[in-house]
Amino acid sequence: MHEYSIVASLIDRVQQEAAAHEGARVYRLHVRIGELSGVELELLKTAFDTFRERTICEGAELAIDTVAARWACPSCNRPVVRGAILRCDTCGSPARMIEGDEIILQRIEMEAPDV
Amino acid sequence: MCETCGCGDPEIVPIEVQERILSDNDAQAGHNRSHFDGLGLLAINLMGSPGAGKTAVLEATAKLAAGRWKLGAVSGDLATDRDANRLNAAGIVSSTITTGSACHLDARLVHHALHDFPSNDRDIFFIENVGNLVCPAIYDLGQAANVVALSVTEGEDKPLKYPVMFQKADLVLLTKVDLIPHLDFDVAAVEDGLARVMPGAAMLKVSAKTGEGIDAWLQWLEERRPAPVDHPSEGHQHEHSHGHHHEHH
Repeated sequence: MHEYSIVASLIDRVQQEAAAHEGARVYRLHVRIGELSGVELELLKTAFDTFRERTICEGAELAIDTVAARWACPSCNRPVVRGAILRCDTCGSPARMIEGDEIILQRIEMEAPDV
Repeated sequence: MCETCGCGDPEIVPIEVQERILSDNDAQAGHNRSHFDGLGLLAINLMGSPGAGKTAVLEATAKLAAGRWKLGAVSGDLATDRDANRLNAAGIVSSTITTGSACHLDARLVHHALHDFPSNDRDIFFIENVGNLVCPAIYDLGQAANVVALSVTEGEDKPLKYPVMFQKADLVLLTKVDLIPHLDFDVAAVEDGLARVMPGAAMLKVSAKTGEGIDAWLQWLEERRPAPVDHPSEGHQHEHSHGHHHEHH
């Protein structure tokens, strides 16, 4: 259940941004979560609903943008199909993850003086 | 203020951040990494399920590496200090990180343990994570390599069921292989599963009980040891991101 610790870090980060921008209230957070990030989306939502109470995020919406895992060969850039052996079938190099492990805070929509 | 009608309603402004949510942990892990690099030691994050045999592998490691390497370890444990006691008895200088209900170690917990650690004069430093195949995988601790212990009694489907853990592994130790004759365990199936979730899949078969494969594991560690640095005998100083600096012993 590391989703609680991720939400605690998320709310801390939002509080820093709110202080820097004199934000009063947060309306919506946009996060990007990869399929192979190890974050369970339902647990993340539950954790956010619990932890946002009495913080600057109280009442805020959590908008989650999910990212499917994609692999490719680092030398010849050929895609490696998900679920296949993670090795380029042309040059034999171990595949590299192109995307799908992100846990990113993209954007905060908040009530604030114009920036 | 609303620019259209001047009604006094506040504006909703988008603030672009585009940053990893765990960036604080990443920064702390970077600090730990420079601490390990400065001491010239190899730091290994050892992960795996409860009962996978992490502590037993370290005991077997200490037995074979006796007189060759000075080993250190911190063990993450929810409620006891049994693992650190076992490791100290095996000759590994060890301390416990009691995590309470936390299911994983993070870089801050490891940093605090390093402050109080009794010896800096180590060649290899193991961070024995909390037994769990999910949460520890996403926290960088400052290690040079991730090693996952997977025991044959857990079943060969674990790499496909827990892809995040195995994707982050630099090496898998297949433990308790002395039990294979008593089980329907298909080694080829676990190797196939690993190849589908772990780029450059690498696995060593070991038994802490018989010592099988421990020599190959020591060889793997030897190949990753950093070049020697001048060890300060009286501790050292370095900057801390949180604004203090002090001696480590």
